[in-house]
Amino acid sequence: MSKPIKVLIAKPGLDGHDRGAITLAMGLRDEGMEVIYTGLRQTAENIVRTCSQEYVDVLGLSLLSGGHNYYFPKIIDLLKENGMGHVLVLAGGIIPNEDRKSLKEKGIKEIFGPGTPISEIADFIRKNIKGEDS
Amino acid sequence: MKQDVDKLIAGAFSGDESSLGCLLTMVENDDASVSRILEVVSSKLGRAYRIGITGSPGSGKSTLIDKLVAAMRSKGLTVGVICVDPSSPITGGAVLGDRIRMEQHYSDDGVFIRSMASRGSYGGISKAVGAAVDIFDASGKDVVVIETVGIGQEGIDITKIVDTTLLVLAPGWGDSMQLMKAGVLEVADIIVINKADLGADGLADSIREILALSTRKSAPPVIQTQAFNNIGIEDLCHELENRRNEHHHKAKER
Repeated sequence: MSKPIKVLIAKPGLDGHDRGAITLAMGLRDEGMEVIYTGLRQTAENIVRTCSQEYVDVLGLSLLSGGHNYYFPKIIDLLKENGMGHVLVLAGGIIPNEDRKSLKEKGIKEIFGPGTPISEIADFIRKNIKGEDS
Repeated sequence: MKQDVDKLIAGAFSGDESSLGCLLTMVENDDASVSRILEVVSSKLGRAYRIGITGSPGSGKSTLIDKLVAAMRSKGLTVGVICVDPSSPITGGAVLGDRIRMEQHYSDDGVFIRSMASRGSYGGISKAVGAAVDIFDASGKDVVVIETVGIGQEGIDITKIVDTTLLVLAPGWGDSMQLMKAGVLEVADIIVINKADLGADGLADSIREILALSTRKSAPPVIQTQAFNNIGIEDLCHELENRRNEHHHKAKER
């Protein structure tokens, strides 16, 4: 029996819109994953602490306010500093095309925009998670 | 591999949260190293006071824990929290939603919150919870709080792994017929009626009446709280503190 994939859906910074985050949390639940949602307006430090305590396989960052170039790299650095560099980090929300390349270079594995089918995200997670086929 | 596990255990016991998180995941996933983890852990047990919190969905267990943890922290106690939520019987997936009520503790180094899915167990906790509590204990936490899946009648597995069991009810829960039934009411050490601002006196009276008719040696106290408004928490803490002292007293005698 394979172990369920554990996912944290997080909302960093000042952004009050979480319909997308909640939709994804429930969608991944229906895909058989164990999903935690942080709630709104989290600091990078608290998101990374939650990743450590929950020892998640995947971190999904949702941001619609434009703060992604500040928060996403900071979170990636903090994950590495805290021994959680193996976490698969995905992003969603409103991320302009011109910012995608630098965010991916920094370590965001994929960026999913509005309208992405949940099954596509779930398949991506299953394919990219380390040690999943063991 | 064995060496890695010992490294993880050493890390977890010296305060590294991702190591502790990883150990908890290993016991959840029934990893090959579990026996080694439990072997080390079992030699360091016995300090933590263990509180189980059970009750129906939406009665306010998580919010109550949030406030209890704040009170314990003000006394300088370190706390481990385990929150169990149900796994889907259809897909195996879960939304683990209790942590979100405990947001004020996210940045406190003295509090470690861990969510777990029930993974097919129907007694209110998952198979791994017992081992997880031991790991928290061995890592030096003063208090470990376990929140069960929202249940009300039959789920008493929790009582077997804790020192004190709290049953959290809310007004509108039921009449005296409900209270006569077998189950959690028989084993709860403290009964909390949360959301007491919705009118809890009737339920409190019914509980006391039924308990007076029961054959239990000592009736559990019935405490009214409004966790959201931080009312009644002091009374509950006082009760828990007394029991924690008793627990330590007994532990010393052993």
